[in-house]
Amino acid sequence: MGRPPMADLDRVRVRKMMPPGHVRTPAYLRGKTGWIERQLGPFGNPEQQAYGLRGDPLVLYRVRFTMAEVWGDGAERPDDTLDAEIYEHWLEPV
Amino acid sequence: MTDFNGKRWHDMGGAAAGPVVPAEHDFALWEKRVDALMVLCSTKGLFTVDGLRRAIEDMGPDVFENTTYYDRWTAAVNQNLIEAGIYTLGELGAKMDEVTERGDTYGQAAHG
Repeated sequence: MGRPPMADLDRVRVRKMMPPGHVRTPAYLRGKTGWIERQLGPFGNPEQQAYGLRGDPLVLYRVRFTMAEVWGDGAERPDDTLDAEIYEHWLEPV
Repeated sequence: MTDFNGKRWHDMGGAAAGPVVPAEHDFALWEKRVDALMVLCSTKGLFTVDGLRRAIEDMGPDVFENTTYYDRWTAAVNQNLIEAGIYTLGELGAKMDEVTERGDTYGQAAHG
């Protein structure tokens, strides 16, 4: 897709876009910065499969975030981390 | 259904919520059948779990108050099978009438 392979990158930001429809990327992580914990997949794009279409194969990344990054001052344990699995087209290099 | 910022009703992560209540529950026979139907249809490639989730998400925010878990799965399976062309709404309606005539309970259905 003309993009450098994400495995070469470390820090990533979740894209902040809000398209309507079936999306697996949780809203509370959009715009947040984390780092790639591991690479998974590829798996068919659920945003196509949800509508009866064949899903393009996409790399899925397990991305790790600190609670401080996700919840800001509201984080009870700021240094704890949260892992989320996010498809490649939702991530951008920092 | 949708906030002005585009976040959809089902995307609840981070929203205020009460404590988790660890309630005991068992499954009714019809609920197990819905589960089996979902597995069979998925294995046949008639739809994906993404298609089922999409159908439930599109039901809107009231659906969690007005229906049970397996009510929603039944509706989502049906929506996906209609879209996949497995049966028509006319065929579904005729089948529902046929099943209704069997009676309200499994016993009535089995023994007339």
